[in-house]
Amino acid sequence: MAFESLTERLSGIFKKIRGQARLTESNMEDMLKEIRVALLEADVNYKVVKEFTTNVKEKALGQDVLSKLNPSQMLVKIVHDELIELLGSDDSEIKYQTGRPTIIMLVGLQGSGKTTTAGKLAYLLKNKLKKKVLLAACDVYRPAAIDQLDQLAKSVGVDIVNMGTKVNPVDIAKAAKKKAYDEDYHVLIIDTAGRLQIDEALMDELNNIKRDVEPQEILLLVDAAAGQDAVNVANAFNDKISLTGCIMSKLDGDARGGAALSIRHMTGVPIKFTGVGEKVTDLDIFHPDRMADRILGMGDVMTLVEKAQQELDEKEVKHSMNKMMSGSFDLNDMLAQMKQVNKLGSLGGLLKLIPGMPKITPEQQEMAEREMRNFEVIINSMTKEERKHPELFKYSRKQRVANGSGKTMQDVNKVLKKYEQMKEMMKKMEQYRKTGKMPPGGLGGMGGMGGLGGFPGM
Amino acid sequence: MGLIAFLKEKFSKKNKDTKVDKYQEGLSKSRKNFSSKLNSLSERYKTVNQDYFDELEQILIESDAGISFTLNVIEDVLNQSKRDHITDPKQINEILVDKMFVGYAEKGDIQNDVVFRENGPTVLLVVGVNGVGKTTTIAKLAYRYINQGKKVLLVAADTFRAGAVEQLTTWAERLKIDIVTGKPESDPASVAFDGVKKAKENNIDLVIVDTAGRLQTKNNLMLELGKIKRVMGKEIEGAPHETFLIVDATTGQNGVVQAKAFKEVTDLTGIVITKMDGTSKGGIILAIRDELGVPVRFIGLGEKMDDLEEFDLDKYLYGLCVENN
Ligand SMILES: Nc1nc2c(ncn2[C@@H]2O[C@H](COP(=O)(O)OP(=O)(O)O)[C@@H](O)[C@H]2O)c(=O)[nH]1
Ligand SMILES: [Mg+2]
Repeated sequence: MAFESLTERLSGIFKKIRGQARLTESNMEDMLKEIRVALLEADVNYKVVKEFTTNVKEKALGQDVLSKLNPSQMLVKIVHDELIELLGSDDSEIKYQTGRPTIIMLVGLQGSGKTTTAGKLAYLLKNKLKKKVLLAACDVYRPAAIDQLDQLAKSVGVDIVNMGTKVNPVDIAKAAKKKAYDEDYHVLIIDTAGRLQIDEALMDELNNIKRDVEPQEILLLVDAAAGQDAVNVANAFNDKISLTGCIMSKLDGDARGGAALSIRHMTGVPIKFTGVGEKVTDLDIFHPDRMADRILGMGDVMTLVEKAQQELDEKEVKHSMNKMMSGSFDLNDMLAQMKQVNKLGSLGGLLKLIPGMPKITPEQQEMAEREMRNFEVIINSMTKEERKHPELFKYSRKQRVANGSGKTMQDVNKVLKKYEQMKEMMKKMEQYRKTGKMPPGGLGGMGGMGGLGGFPGM
Repeated sequence: MGLIAFLKEKFSKKNKDTKVDKYQEGLSKSRKNFSSKLNSLSERYKTVNQDYFDELEQILIESDAGISFTLNVIEDVLNQSKRDHITDPKQINEILVDKMFVGYAEKGDIQNDVVFRENGPTVLLVVGVNGVGKTTTIAKLAYRYINQGKKVLLVAADTFRAGAVEQLTTWAERLKIDIVTGKPESDPASVAFDGVKKAKENNIDLVIVDTAGRLQTKNNLMLELGKIKRVMGKEIEGAPHETFLIVDATTGQNGVVQAKAFKEVTDLTGIVITKMDGTSKGGIILAIRDELGVPVRFIGLGEKMDDLEEFDLDKYLYGLCVENN
């Protein structure tokens, strides 16, 4: 039951209040409860959820429901807009100094992704912004942390100040600053050791580094999977050393990242970047709208579309979509469609970004691929005419195809049945396109892409 | 409360007096937080009402136990308090702890230490998402079993993250034990294979295999774990005999998703919850146990090799809920 999309949760409630033209205290109550659950499941802090839902309620009360929306959609829209507004900010850019180095300091709890992010930032600044970048290795505590940064510096092709583990981090930072000034680096990135916000000695150390190098940016790393305590951590770091921003790491997983909202709400510190993988290229600027979708469990639709576009043959998809819509969808199109969908499936985590999408296990994936290969063999044994007009299939034709492809009658029937199903779905979609009304039962999140026809059990 | 007394007996049987201090010191921050909240709560109320339960709910949710786990427990407590006409806040708190205790106990085995085979090396595979503390926990576990007189071998099958092999090698040097490494970017399964092979030849008692952090959404990396597992099983029967998932105490609701995914590919035998020296309460382990039955074996309380303790449910819950410091 965990992690249904908010839209799904609300659709049940919506049935009760269909047709009501206004959002009122009473018709909103159940919906707000569901919104609360969705936010808590996304790890938004308890207190933030409370304030947030109160605000939303006040905003929504008495609002007319827009003509194209039902009341639950209207409320989701209000929640969504509110989230984007909260998450968004004008100051998410890094402020570069002119004529002297810009100094960026990365801080955070242990294991939050500082060192990896130092490498990614260096890559971004060097290659996209053509800056001359220097890294400073100030994590003298964790075994081999300096080795890690050293290897990253080499692979990105930037310089590093590495003084080993016997020197005080404050002195390393100072030496790095001097080098950056003396040798005209544009940007100095200081990697610091992970620390607990309650570790006074280590928090003092950060403060000393800050005092001596006067960084323009102090960025806190926050793990996308962070729970309720994240805002206390951010608060403590902010109180001690005044953060200028946050970077949320590990957003390539399926954690909903509610901490982003909590931190922004409680500290006002903007989120500037997101980490989306382990490679040095995997750093993105922060998109409030995508984050809002994600927290609400509405699927990171934009990311999905972007990634899918890279993988899918767009022409192929358009072609079969057109055919689908014009009703001339045949077995050739079905095969092409299934291939595309399988490609999408092999993107693994991607599908999970779609709300309500059941998880695909490696076995299911394999089964889907096997099924597709079967289908391919069978369809290839059909004549051109048969592929265009599957309604031609009677017993004898089926028998011939089965023999020709080395499959059974049952297998052939399976192909034809799948075809019927897909055609049926397309009819519904066409209806949807014409009337703007969802057919009963909906289309499923992947309707537009062929309803995941390739996946058994869906 | 015969059952509860029995269960408590069962859990709190061993080495009560040793190392308690360290555990309490480590947990004191989170426990203070939680228990002082509960205590001030029960002081503010003479008899419980809906507000009281709302605040209990807040305490549990803020510990990351998750909304569905929390709502279920609170509802149970609420029902019992109605049925038995209990309105004393202190008693309500006791019921809450007992419910969580029994709930946990009923979900499966309780086991802390690695279960050693009678003959030949015991293989322990360590898995988890990035940065949770796998490598550090391995050093801690190695230290624990070296002290118990076991011959321990480390295997650096994280061939992916920069500096990972060096990190584990540093620990091996500090612990003065052997380590098997491969070339950077080499196939982790082949390193694991070399590791178990060497263990067999050298009369090792415990082989601990480090793996690269991986998000559970990365299909190919999850399949890779399956391969590591199979390869070791070919060399030593039944290997890996133990598979520990490392979970960071700061983890929110995604922890359950993580545990589920790793359980699918590796047959988890236990969980180690790390970073309990911080302010996060690690309530996600309750939700994980609730959904998947995987027992928590140890807790990590710092970055040094002796910062590891056996997980003690009784202490954990009491620390979380009732005791006053
Ligand atoms: N405070 C604290 N830090 C820990 C604990 N366990 C690990 N760490 C730190 O967390 C960071 C990541 O640990 P590491 O073992 O490299 O994680 P891995 O990527 O999962 O192997 C390091 O800085 C460790 O020192 C713990 O119990 N408490
Ligand atoms: Mg590691």
